[in-house]
Amino acid sequence: MLPHDLKPEQFKSYPPEAKKLALNYLGALQPLPLSFLPSLLKEIIEFDFKFPVERRAIESELGNLRSLSAVQISDWFREFAAIQMSASLERADWVNAPGLFVEQFSAHLWSTHQQDAFRLAAVHYADRLRAAVPPEAPATPRLGISIIGKGLDSYDQPLFRKLRPHGAYCTRVNPENGVKLLLDAVASRAKAHPAPYAHWYIDGGEEAEHDPVLTTVSYDALAPARAALLRKMQSDISRPGMGPETLRTHMAEMLPSEVGLDKLGDAVLSRFQLKLLTEGSGTQIFSTTFAQWAARETLRRAQPLTLLVRFAPRQRQKPMNELLSPSDKGSDLDLIGSLVDADMDAYYNWINQQRLPGAERSSFLVWFENHSSAVVIGPSVPRGTESSGSTDISQLLSWIS
Amino acid sequence: MRNSLSGSALISQSRRDFLRDAGGLVLGSTLLSSRLARAATTSSKKKVIVITFGGGARDQETFAPEGQENIPHLMRELIPHASFFTQVVNHGILGHYVATASLATGTYETFNNFATVPPENPTVFEYFRKQLRRPSSDAWVVAPSNGFNRIGESSNRSYGPGLGARVILPKHLLSAAISGGSADYQHLLRDNYETPFYSPELAGQEFELQQLETILKLSGDDFKNHARTLSSPDELSVYIVRQLMRQVAPSLLWVTLHDIDVAHAGAYSLYIDGIRRTDRLCGELWKMIQTEPEYAGKTSLFILPDFGRDSDEDAGGNGFQHHRTGDALSRTTWLMALGPGIREGVVYDRAVDSTDLVPTLGSMLGFSASLSQGKPIGELI
Repeated sequence: MLPHDLKPEQFKSYPPEAKKLALNYLGALQPLPLSFLPSLLKEIIEFDFKFPVERRAIESELGNLRSLSAVQISDWFREFAAIQMSASLERADWVNAPGLFVEQFSAHLWSTHQQDAFRLAAVHYADRLRAAVPPEAPATPRLGISIIGKGLDSYDQPLFRKLRPHGAYCTRVNPENGVKLLLDAVASRAKAHPAPYAHWYIDGGEEAEHDPVLTTVSYDALAPARAALLRKMQSDISRPGMGPETLRTHMAEMLPSEVGLDKLGDAVLSRFQLKLLTEGSGTQIFSTTFAQWAARETLRRAQPLTLLVRFAPRQRQKPMNELLSPSDKGSDLDLIGSLVDADMDAYYNWINQQRLPGAERSSFLVWFENHSSAVVIGPSVPRGTESSGSTDISQLLSWIS
Repeated sequence: MRNSLSGSALISQSRRDFLRDAGGLVLGSTLLSSRLARAATTSSKKKVIVITFGGGARDQETFAPEGQENIPHLMRELIPHASFFTQVVNHGILGHYVATASLATGTYETFNNFATVPPENPTVFEYFRKQLRRPSSDAWVVAPSNGFNRIGESSNRSYGPGLGARVILPKHLLSAAISGGSADYQHLLRDNYETPFYSPELAGQEFELQQLETILKLSGDDFKNHARTLSSPDELSVYIVRQLMRQVAPSLLWVTLHDIDVAHAGAYSLYIDGIRRTDRLCGELWKMIQTEPEYAGKTSLFILPDFGRDSDEDAGGNGFQHHRTGDALSRTTWLMALGPGIREGVVYDRAVDSTDLVPTLGSMLGFSASLSQGKPIGELI
């Protein structure tokens, strides 16, 4: 089946909001090439579980598509239309299982050496869409905070080497009450600029005491869900004929209720947390990986105004089968490795924040927990500088607020 | 496509500058062509060892100024003796088994990376053995266990069964030797982090446990005792390589290292540890070549990654963790060649294709890789 054959009844299994959206824009979907449409349907079918900013972005994109004339559609999608499809892809149920289709299509692109052409088409489309429908500017300049090195008494190697060129490196920061001061500052911003899913606290370990106004995700709070997921993975792995692609498909089809994540009372956040564990590589086993991926997905999807990420020690590396086996035994922690991980992860947090609209006004702070070194980055902070003057967390925040 | 290619050229330029700054190396394009320095070793006595550098590592963790601390052996011990190609572009599928198979066939293979299938095109081992009438003992592969057991010979009708390399999967060998498992060895049996769920059923010419003793002259107990002193799967592989060089001395030996691919788990420190270990193991292999009588003075060593990893700048990826975007950094790698007749301390920045390796080996060893898509690298033959 091809997109121009789309009919309203084919969306009957979509969740209510997604179905309404698809039917409303059916005429805009039909002219699109098969090399493009399932990727859009993959977003639409999840519409009921999207964050507000994502919903608005999808609606804007659909609105733009509807506004294009036939000639413009042909022009916008010329590169996508040139992608050679296979008969098996055309026969696939790309309406009801767009995610599975996209995986199969990706394999097709690689094996037919069309990956570069598709990549270029996607970049060109994104550029045109951005020009036609500019992304939302943030209500207030964004602030990102990363806290790294929890539990480590000392470390004599240089830190923040990737971030220092972009801001001021401070070497005499009074660490007293640092975590509390930062969480309080984040909560203050949440109260000053209230909006759903706009202010986040992600912890790679146990959550510190914080204001409930924050949207919170933590590795420890997800321990029961992680254990349930690992049990399911182990069970799937032991089945004859199970390969990585089948397992990935099974995981993508999982529901929050299957790992006990349906009791949060927030379907959007439940689904988001499930995806962190089922779509992220390594998030099930390493807390540093979890915190970085959670931050990346939060920034990409929810586009928060404030994001505080506190990294915690991860378990030591062990054989994969052992890591994937849920265990009641206490884990041996790799404190130094975790600091090195988090140092790089903080850099990624900053990069991912800077990909969002309003980057030129955004600020960032990274701090070695309970130690005296930090880097602050912001529009008014001179780049590549170093400060050895005495300061504290509150003062650092004031420089970038 | 234009963006991707210009990206590759930029990467090449940077890498060349890093090397020139670091080592005072000479640009290959400034040298006059001369074959006077070629060693007099005849094709029949030449040996070749190929090392694939561990599953993808990026410039900023290796050859860029901030990464050079992770590769002291490559920088100080190998590069000064090597011809270094800064721009080796992989146009194929960026999955480790299919990409390594493509390196070994000189043709971009298109099979499912996770399938237990042989390459469709003849491998370098088949060209070598068939055309030079070499016995099976003269071509070997030492590889990680994730599906690489079929890499020794293709399904091509004119080549295929009986003409390929013998394949050793050290992890499977150790699993068999400890039969039932022991906590002492679990760190050596780590699976692929990209596909931790996948343990293919073995088929093809896998090295059998009983041959440990007859061919490698290792008792099961010796093997286990030594394995206990090692810290990673790649160290186990290099241990097997050493035994193979001493006891069998094959002319064509292919070693696939894989520890770096732990990056898929997202822990940067483990990725860096993998690079440092791989660097050290490459240094050890180079020393082995120089000290083993069967190899000294007549062996060419090729070291190259199968591909790179995603850049930090590509929003479609997640930095070092994966190689999924197909961006220039994930496609552009390097190649280092050392040995008799190969110019030392020279950097070439022209584009070379991943598939050029096999025809180059053919020109050096005296066979024709007739079905390969690549071309011999003129600077090495």
